[in-house]
Amino acid sequence: MLRPDGTLKVTGEFAYSSDLWLDGMLWGATLRSPHPSAWIRSVDVGPALAMPGVFAVLTHEDVPGEKFYGLEHKDQPVLAIDQVRYQGEAVALVAADHPETARRAAAAIVVDYEVREAVVDARRAAFDPSCPPVHAHGNLVRHQPVRVGSTFDAPVVVTGEYEVGMQDQAFLGPESGLAVPGEDGGVDLYVATQWLHVDQDQVAPCLALPKEKVRLSLAGVGGAFGAREDLSMQIHASMLALRTGKPVKIVYGREESFFGHVHRHPARMRYEHGATADGRLVYVRAEIVLDGGAYCSSSPAVVGNAASLGVGPYEVGNVWIDAYGVYTNNPPCGAMRGFGAVQACYAYESQMDRLAEACGLSPVEVRIRNAVSQGSKLATGQIVDTPAPLADMLRELEAMPGPGEPSAARDLRSLPGGVAQTTHGEGVRRGVGYGVGIKNICFSEGFDDYSTARVRVELLGGEPHVLVHTAAAEVGQGLITIKAQIARTELGIDKVTIAPADTSVGSAGSSSASRQSYVTGGAVKATCEAVRERLDRMRAGHPELTLEELLELYGPVEETREYRHRPTTPMDPLTGQGDSHVQLALCVHRAVVDVDVELGLVKVVELAAVQDVGRILNPLALEGQIHGGTAQGLGLALMEEIQVRDGKVLNPSFTDYLIPTILDMPPMRLSILENPDPHAPYGLRGAGEPPTLSSTPAVAAAVRAATGLDLPRVPIRPEDIALVPAAG
Amino acid sequence: MSERTGEHRHAITLTVNGVLREAAVPARRLLSDCLRHDLGLTGTHVGCEHGVCGACTVLLDGEPVRSCLTFAVTVDGHEITTVEGLAERGELSPVQRAFSECHGLQCGFCTPGFLCTVTAFLRDNRTPTDEEVLEAVSGNLCRCTGYQNIIKAVHRAAEIQAEESG
Ligand code: FES
Ligand code: FES
Repeated sequence: MLRPDGTLKVTGEFAYSSDLWLDGMLWGATLRSPHPSAWIRSVDVGPALAMPGVFAVLTHEDVPGEKFYGLEHKDQPVLAIDQVRYQGEAVALVAADHPETARRAAAAIVVDYEVREAVVDARRAAFDPSCPPVHAHGNLVRHQPVRVGSTFDAPVVVTGEYEVGMQDQAFLGPESGLAVPGEDGGVDLYVATQWLHVDQDQVAPCLALPKEKVRLSLAGVGGAFGAREDLSMQIHASMLALRTGKPVKIVYGREESFFGHVHRHPARMRYEHGATADGRLVYVRAEIVLDGGAYCSSSPAVVGNAASLGVGPYEVGNVWIDAYGVYTNNPPCGAMRGFGAVQACYAYESQMDRLAEACGLSPVEVRIRNAVSQGSKLATGQIVDTPAPLADMLRELEAMPGPGEPSAARDLRSLPGGVAQTTHGEGVRRGVGYGVGIKNICFSEGFDDYSTARVRVELLGGEPHVLVHTAAAEVGQGLITIKAQIARTELGIDKVTIAPADTSVGSAGSSSASRQSYVTGGAVKATCEAVRERLDRMRAGHPELTLEELLELYGPVEETREYRHRPTTPMDPLTGQGDSHVQLALCVHRAVVDVDVELGLVKVVELAAVQDVGRILNPLALEGQIHGGTAQGLGLALMEEIQVRDGKVLNPSFTDYLIPTILDMPPMRLSILENPDPHAPYGLRGAGEPPTLSSTPAVAAAVRAATGLDLPRVPIRPEDIALVPAAG
Repeated sequence: MSERTGEHRHAITLTVNGVLREAAVPARRLLSDCLRHDLGLTGTHVGCEHGVCGACTVLLDGEPVRSCLTFAVTVDGHEITTVEGLAERGELSPVQRAFSECHGLQCGFCTPGFLCTVTAFLRDNRTPTDEEVLEAVSGNLCRCTGYQNIIKAVHRAAEIQAEESG
């Protein structure tokens, strides 16, 4: 089945948020702080206002309503008030009749900063009482302990300290949108986002408007991966539109985009694994420090994932985890594909390899010996009550054919470094590595995580037609195809249209946590069932009539339903115990790499994966999710890092922030399993995130196998391989 | 869109997707901005403004170029094909059909650049090997797909092209 939006996307007609255009519209620009931490002594907007073509210049004094917003805590000012807490924080806004004019006017605003010490070390922010507070309430966003058992000694002990760099979502279509002032004093906002209703919830109070006067519609989204969970230009464009009475468009360029959204939390982690001599885990101790940067964003949920999934999908009777999220003056971090679980996965999988070595076992065998299965207890005390055939998945992965030995006469371009290779491959070594990941699907920890669908069946041109309306954001993942498939299957009607997503229907929740097929898929299914029931009742009265005749007689049938997954509970604040997750999903990866140990260059030769998705709804879209998630995990392993020094970003461009090209991404082998989850619609399991977890440690392990190095940090840089002082 | 820069504007004439178009642009106007803003052809996307991502790729006299690295005045009098011009007589081209069929896109933001690059590539090389495909599109970034289905789409497009000309 083809994507309903496929044709528009290949003809160039699909309207992305950056493509919107209205006659007479103005362009907004944002002045941002050059300093990671400073007092603002004064702001002089005079020079900007004096420029011809400028319609408005706004600061925090012009925010009509609440001055702060945020996903979990309202701690982020719409525009900086008296101080800035990160490089790139928005200070003032301009609307002008041309984007160049707006940019130049923003640059003409004079801000007098008094630079102060920036807090840039997350461990210091977490543990040093003398560290200056980034916020008046201190530097700790959340501390989540997990405490199980009391045996913390064992015959075999392996320890490690690990670090994960700051990854960027690097979606290809930068933040953008159009705000149009409404005749009722409200605003219509067309924007690329992941959750229309949570945007509405945050925007309306800042504009001092009731929610119904802030109407959002989803514009074409050029990728998301978590970066569009937080607001970017939504309030800003609305303020400018309300002030000027004209439509205002804001489009970030690539550099601004690096400052305009949150990133993946960098992590510093200490792990200790204790096991029996035959490699069975006795205990795990871990300390995980996640740098949330200047504002809270979704840090609390990120900490919850890191803590609850901190030992991975392994059975272990004794657990002592402390996960911290802290404020610093680094760039704010929040949601990115697999959040919290990705960071921990790299560390616990590195530890499993160390344990394998210490016990003389293969990496696969040590994982099989400790693998969870249905009935196992997680570190949180939650019982895995659905199929979790990790051991079988590992056996299958190990048995999958590999890429074969490198041929002696190979093309130099196939060596690490490709056409830039400067040797003849004398230093190239091959390595194989494995990685396992477990990810919670849907929102956890007691969140009321529902979705809404409206389904209408009517006659159009004499034919029955289904209209499916939800507020769920299609961000590229293919939800639009799934919704159409479900409606077609449930109602047996061929003609299905997916209405544009907007806030005139109830919330669908976020397009994140791999949850939309589950929750919005579930809502569409439930609503179609309700429609079907009504059609059946109509039919019962008139068994002789066709569907067309029934619709002719009774008119359109429309139903709206909310769908909720099973409830979860919060984690106990002291012990971390609780049934905090809705659903758990597993993915395992094998990576084969060639490493030029002299040049420090890595080429991934092949990636193989086994993932259990419960039930396949759309094979092509599903494979695309696994491919894409795997590529982002490869990027984190080998090249992707926002480099931050003293609170400042050194590489805010695609020239300097590298994402995998087609030459970096090897061929993939997939095996997709269908062990249904009886709690989920059709038995499906969310699929977008798990591959992002397990590919990173698999690639890192393969590079370790090729080089014999420890490599306790991702991304692994060439110098980490080529410039290591010889041991001894 | 009015500009108050007082800059001298140059009248240029381009043949875009077979249609003669005129614009008056300052010398520093990028071809990407000229297409998107002056001519209203927003199918050409801007992902990086640095010549890295390839989303802005268009065909200049049939050859792929980065429109974000090209000044509009330098292509005065030339022929430009954008994604909007790839379909012929309302029918999707083989490359467009293949990307849609093979799921060679998710968000689709990178797609116009890939389509232009691949259209020129398959015109010059009708039976490409795997390696040739990889090299041909190695200058286009895609963040969503992990490229596997893009490779399939390019081969599939070559197939469709062969079927239809054969
Ligand atoms: S926008 Fe031109 S190459 Fe990225
Ligand atoms: S499909 Fe989203 S960037 Fe390629």
